[in-house]
Amino acid sequence: MDQLLQHFANTIIMGGTYALLGIGLTLIFGIMRIVNFTHGELYAFGAYMMYFFATIIGMNFFVAIAFAIAAGMLLGMLLEFSLLRPKRGADIDTTMLIMIGAWIIMQNLEHLTWGGIAKSIPSPLPETPLVIGPISISWLRLMVLVIALLLIAATYSVINLTKLGKAMRATFQDSSTAALMGINVNAIYTLTFGFGSALAAAAGALLGPVFVVTPTMGDLASLKAFAIVILGGLGNITGAAIGGFILALAEEIGAGYISSGYRDAMGFVIIIIVLLFRPTGLFARAERVG
Amino acid sequence: MNAQVQVSAPILAVEHVAVHFGGLIAISDMSFEVREGELVSLIGPNGAGKTTAFNVITGFQKPTKGRVLFRGNALSGLKPHEVAGLGLVRTFQRTSVFDKISVFENVLIGLHRRTAPSLLGTLLGLPRERKAEEELREQAWEILRLVGIAHEADEPGGSLPYGDQRLLGVALALAAEPQALLLDEPVSGMNASETARFVELLNRLRAKGITILLVEHDMPMVMGISDRIVVLNYGRIIANGSPSMIQNDPDVIAAYLGGGVKHA
Amino acid sequence: MNRYFPLVALVFFAAVPLWLQDQYYLHTLVVAGIFMLAAMSLNLLLGYTGQLSLGHVAFFGIGAYVSALTSLGFDVTVFGRQISVEPWPPFLGLLLGMATAGLCGYLIGKLAFRVRGAYFVIVTISFAEVVRLVALNWVDLTNGPLALPGIPPLTLGFEWTGYVTLWGKAENYYVVLVFIALAYLLMKRLVQSPYGRAMIALRENETLAVSVGVSVTKYLVLAAVVSGAVAGLAGGLYAHYIQIIDPMIFMFLNTVTMVIIVITGGKGTLAGPVVGGLIFGLAPVFLRNYVGPEVQWILYGCLMILIVFILPQGIVPEIERWFNRAKPDRRNDAAGQEGSSVLALARSGRANH
Repeated sequence: MDQLLQHFANTIIMGGTYALLGIGLTLIFGIMRIVNFTHGELYAFGAYMMYFFATIIGMNFFVAIAFAIAAGMLLGMLLEFSLLRPKRGADIDTTMLIMIGAWIIMQNLEHLTWGGIAKSIPSPLPETPLVIGPISISWLRLMVLVIALLLIAATYSVINLTKLGKAMRATFQDSSTAALMGINVNAIYTLTFGFGSALAAAAGALLGPVFVVTPTMGDLASLKAFAIVILGGLGNITGAAIGGFILALAEEIGAGYISSGYRDAMGFVIIIIVLLFRPTGLFARAERVG
Repeated sequence: MNAQVQVSAPILAVEHVAVHFGGLIAISDMSFEVREGELVSLIGPNGAGKTTAFNVITGFQKPTKGRVLFRGNALSGLKPHEVAGLGLVRTFQRTSVFDKISVFENVLIGLHRRTAPSLLGTLLGLPRERKAEEELREQAWEILRLVGIAHEADEPGGSLPYGDQRLLGVALALAAEPQALLLDEPVSGMNASETARFVELLNRLRAKGITILLVEHDMPMVMGISDRIVVLNYGRIIANGSPSMIQNDPDVIAAYLGGGVKHA
Repeated sequence: MNRYFPLVALVFFAAVPLWLQDQYYLHTLVVAGIFMLAAMSLNLLLGYTGQLSLGHVAFFGIGAYVSALTSLGFDVTVFGRQISVEPWPPFLGLLLGMATAGLCGYLIGKLAFRVRGAYFVIVTISFAEVVRLVALNWVDLTNGPLALPGIPPLTLGFEWTGYVTLWGKAENYYVVLVFIALAYLLMKRLVQSPYGRAMIALRENETLAVSVGVSVTKYLVLAAVVSGAVAGLAGGLYAHYIQIIDPMIFMFLNTVTMVIIVITGGKGTLAGPVVGGLIFGLAPVFLRNYVGPEVQWILYGCLMILIVFILPQGIVPEIERWFNRAKPDRRNDAAGQEGSSVLALARSGRANH
């Protein structure tokens, strides 16, 4: 029982970051329909930027997080502008191949820049964990959860409550009509990709101090993000948030009760099962696949 | 033109078919029959549900209600390729040909239904399969000559003049050995001489005993060639009879004039 | 000339070990050949049916592991039951690896083709990752990250002829060359038969293909089985040649290598994977003196993007067009006719991208 409670606590902590990762990708893959293999690299980029700003430059921990997120946004916008804008309207395979190329380049650039040795980012929070009854949670992870939830709430508000969010939804529903209505469609594409990338970088900046930062950390992150998006239904922000927590739960259970080696397999098993039995995701309205 | 057709069993029967897209009703309740050897036209203003009817008949669209019978067998639940496999073959309004593939290869693809090579024989390059392939090529030439585009056999389908592309679409469908052929606006965009050529082709097909169901806006052509005309409006059949009956039907006139349709 | 070109190429490559004695170069050619074979199998799915399988390394790895394990023999307990397998002759292992990979192709084909496009890609990646994690964690069977060493090299011959064990590079070079030639012939016969036409039809316009009676499931699954089996064969050859494999064989980068080979050479052409395989197989020979592996990968990534931007059809179709341009162009006659000019413009516009 105690163990179960601890698993649930871990689930909630991890789920917050997964949700962030998933929401970022649901904007890009779900709404823009770009199979974005660089999502994990932006996650890794966020982590490295966090390392750069917090550890190398020695910025305040929280300011460094903000800077890392901003850097992720800029890089995302640059990617969209340079690689995707010229090929807008191309078929999905074309953009997919471009994104695979970009992913290889980014990962190896990280390797080249930072070396293959894992980097750790010290945190200013107390080392002793917070103990509530049978559960123990590190302060750092708790802070990660809080920031992740704040970012999720902010994203939700931007998409659903602001004019910008409305312009985004209009653009991806019918870009030619949106253009006629005076929306700068190109800017919205770049901005949305940047927004999604910023969320991936945020997840990296938050988890960087929890784990260690390595050049290949993005590989699994990309695939997990796809699992979350598929679980939640394409373009469904609430679905992606819930999907993040479900993936975290599945991993906790997989690691705790099957074998810790299979923790990372859970996401893939979920992808396969969901796509085979409910291809529109668990929370999707009726939407056709393909 | 209305050759008296022997009263024969219906080759195709549409029974109380309804199609709803969410709240939108594309077809509310449609029943009609096509008899062996007949040429029936399905007409109606734009959005009347003609193409949807084609989609239902050929298995591309599941009806909300009702069923389609081909030679007395219900087609419910069959996939499009299975429907084609029974000899009920259609053409499309827009995507009518494989545009990057040569005209000849287009027809070879259409001939798919006529070959059943063994996989092993194919991989081993057995003489039997080579001979079958040669026969297939001969059949492809025959179809191209029948349709009249043999001189363009090496061109990619998409580079053909528009009228010839429609002919290639028909050639593709013919290659699939149809017993009943469903043509979706085959002469739209053709000029008068191309249309006349197409009517000739239709007559040749009828002579071969192929039953034809036609969706078309070109009224002079429809009136001239059809044995019977079924008129759809707002997803319902409002008239069903010989061309002369249809031309004088007050409901049909109202539908066309009231609908303000330019094609009539 | 085009007809005899593959034969000329075969003779040329068969002669290579006669003048090339350098073991490193021969080794590079053997590995290049193995990846060429894998890329040829991927080309059937990616090029001819138009389905981008990004889990292709799973078939390769499964072929490698099955072939390696059966020729090493193993003891493993599954659900409380002890399974012991005595070592098999490596060639039988190779065939079994091929069959297993083909069977996986069948299962993945049956399941994954229910979803298309991006979803298909993601299911195939997931499949490969699950297989990788099983190879990593099922230590009793696979030795996990500690790798599976001492895989016997292939042996040729029968009881009544005596056996020859292929230890040398040149011998392995010929084995790989023979398999490439066989695979090429097999692919050629397949894609130029009604089977291949059906696959191409599905790639070009699924709705239209289906309307003339082409079954989507039948042909996509067939392509997946053949593709899986050939990839499994390549994996088996790799295992017996390198003689040690570990779960890194399932790296996504290996799939990416196959994809780059196919895309660069020309997807949906028989010669594409061969040309691409030579380029990327031999590139490390030239690059290794100047740059490290990271820069090499960065160059590959750039090349992939460049190809998509400037040569989306790949090298082989470009060369073919170049050859055809020398011949008198009959196409101009048709373009002059009424109605086709717009389409012709649209076509040439597309070709220019």
